[in-house]
Amino acid sequence: MKHKWAMAIDLDRCTGCGACVAACVAENNIPTVGEAEAGMGRLMQWIRVARYWDEEHAGANAVYLPVLCMQCERAPCETVCPVYATYHNDDGLNAMAYNRCVGTRYCANNCPYSVRVFNWRDHVWEKPLDEQLSPDLSVRSRGVMEKCTFCIQRIRRAKEAAAAEKRPIRDGEVAPACVQTCPPGALLFGDIEDPDSEISRKLSDPRRFRLMEHLGTEPRVWYLKRRKGAGL
Amino acid sequence: MSGDHLSRVDPEELYRDLSRSNLPPTKRWYLVAGLLLLVVLWGTGCFVYMMKTGMWVTGLNRPVMWGVFIATFVFWIGLSHSGTLISAILRLTNATWRAPILRGAEAMTAFTLMVGGLFPLIHIGRNWRFYYMIPYPNSRELWPNLRSPLMWDAVAINTYLLGSLTFLYFGMIPDLAIARDRSTGWRKRFYSALALGFRGSHSEWRRYHIASTLFAILIIPVAVSVHSIVGWDFAMAKVPGWHSTIFAPYFVTGAIFSGIAGVVLVMAALRKAYRLERVLTTVQFENLGKLLCVMSLLWGYFYFAEFLTVWYNRNPEEWEVFRSYGGHYLPLWLSMVVCNFVIPFPMLCMRRVRRSVPALCFVSFLVVIGMYAERILIVVPSLARRNDPFIWNNYFPSWVELSILAAALAMFLLLYIVFAKLFPIVAVSDVQERLFQATDRAVGRTTVETIARPEGHGEGGHG
Repeated sequence: MKHKWAMAIDLDRCTGCGACVAACVAENNIPTVGEAEAGMGRLMQWIRVARYWDEEHAGANAVYLPVLCMQCERAPCETVCPVYATYHNDDGLNAMAYNRCVGTRYCANNCPYSVRVFNWRDHVWEKPLDEQLSPDLSVRSRGVMEKCTFCIQRIRRAKEAAAAEKRPIRDGEVAPACVQTCPPGALLFGDIEDPDSEISRKLSDPRRFRLMEHLGTEPRVWYLKRRKGAGL
Repeated sequence: MSGDHLSRVDPEELYRDLSRSNLPPTKRWYLVAGLLLLVVLWGTGCFVYMMKTGMWVTGLNRPVMWGVFIATFVFWIGLSHSGTLISAILRLTNATWRAPILRGAEAMTAFTLMVGGLFPLIHIGRNWRFYYMIPYPNSRELWPNLRSPLMWDAVAINTYLLGSLTFLYFGMIPDLAIARDRSTGWRKRFYSALALGFRGSHSEWRRYHIASTLFAILIIPVAVSVHSIVGWDFAMAKVPGWHSTIFAPYFVTGAIFSGIAGVVLVMAALRKAYRLERVLTTVQFENLGKLLCVMSLLWGYFYFAEFLTVWYNRNPEEWEVFRSYGGHYLPLWLSMVVCNFVIPFPMLCMRRVRRSVPALCFVSFLVVIGMYAERILIVVPSLARRNDPFIWNNYFPSWVELSILAAALAMFLLLYIVFAKLFPIVAVSDVQERLFQATDRAVGRTTVETIARPEGHGEGGHG
């Protein structure tokens, strides 16, 4: 069964609360780096909520733009990796083989969305935070790149469950942590290979666009343009 | 030409003059070498510290994932283009004046490549896994990705390093034979082994000349491709400010430009340290000055061409990078333009400057500084002003990075002074051959050096 996982982000609904970021940190064993390192631009988070102002004056409205790995179909990060540590998997996702990465950081430079983060050091989880590390994925060592995987461990779980029951994955069965958490329901995840899935219907919305589409990276993350002003 | 022109010097005295660097080391030599070694050890310690604790000890961040390590890598590889130019291109164009500087320039090529080639390895996050980039057979059937410009880089630089080491050694064989014939003790055994039994017979020289011409022709495309590929490391990427077709020729030009400046500085140092004033005359320096002048003009032209297209186009992503040259990066940008063009070009147009070693050294020093600023300007601002303004960030190297850079410079100098102590740093046989062909002729009130060419083929010695 072939899948084409995709995400839709409705900017009309996004409130910029940052729950997606917290959920992602909890799900994917993402370290917190502390104020000093964060100030240097070394946050490890796989999703960021970029805040822009719609006009340049006091009292302007904020525009929130959640940015995560776009899972590009023509991913610029993949071609430049000298060791195939980042590659395209059968579901069309950009996968990372942490053990193969040597840390040239070329992929991060070539990613126009700058969503790749680098392990500048070995991270520690103070007790008892280490107890909550997920066993479904590794804790990355210093010197390797990492990025959003669309919660590949959840996709695998769903595939296994579906295979055990000899049925295809149901629409809505898989949701990455950010999608599951988003309080206003701005994020939607699904399989665009299935024409009847919720995301396929959602993407017929004329508001849809993709980030930096002119670069030809063919992202798998679609945005739905904001129509209303904040608070309306 | 002055009164003590070389043609009036007998061969024994000439050899003594040229091999002064091979005399047993003095206290001062040990002091200098010891200091350099200390700096190298300090830098190595810093590197090990960085490897053990992670790259957070650098100033790197997101989005500036590449910093001074990569800029310095490009800079050192650029410096390496001097030797190839002097020994290969000038050889093919029959510039006989190059004889006294060719060994020094070739050695510089080899050592700058050795030092520069270390930087990608220092820079990567898991240095201890660098061998993943080597295509070795393994049970998992994993291969390096040959679509990655970094792989092209690795292949090109290794080829260039092996090629230039072979070139350096091959060109040294007749000089090693001369040294063998005039030395005693362990040096005799050392030179005998390295001279490979070269006797200087007619057939040996004939083969030697054919082979050195072939080497010269083969090494030029390698040299040009190496810096083109270094340029493509950037140009192939989807990064505003990097993604430009002009990068390959622009990088080669910059490389030769900084390379010549490097040769001037090294030659002036050798001349001072080993009292080589009689072979390294103003002729050599003036000619290098002329080359430097041309390269400065060429560099200015390329930079103008690159700037003009971006300025006219005003593609917002690229323009933000260029705008930062006038903002946060203004000091770097000004040093680049002033040290690469505004001062050197007019100064080098003056014959007085080209014929004065201190003045030429000053200009060359400026060029080295300017080219280093250029390398940093290429690497850092483009990353610091990436497509998404939300993550814009600046970068300043940390003390760990600066220590490693200092160690690299010390390592280069150390390799160089050890080489000069052990090997003939001036190409004795080429200088002799040149003197053999040269005579002084009176033309009006002045004397002019004229060069006779061997019959049949218009070539000098090894190039």
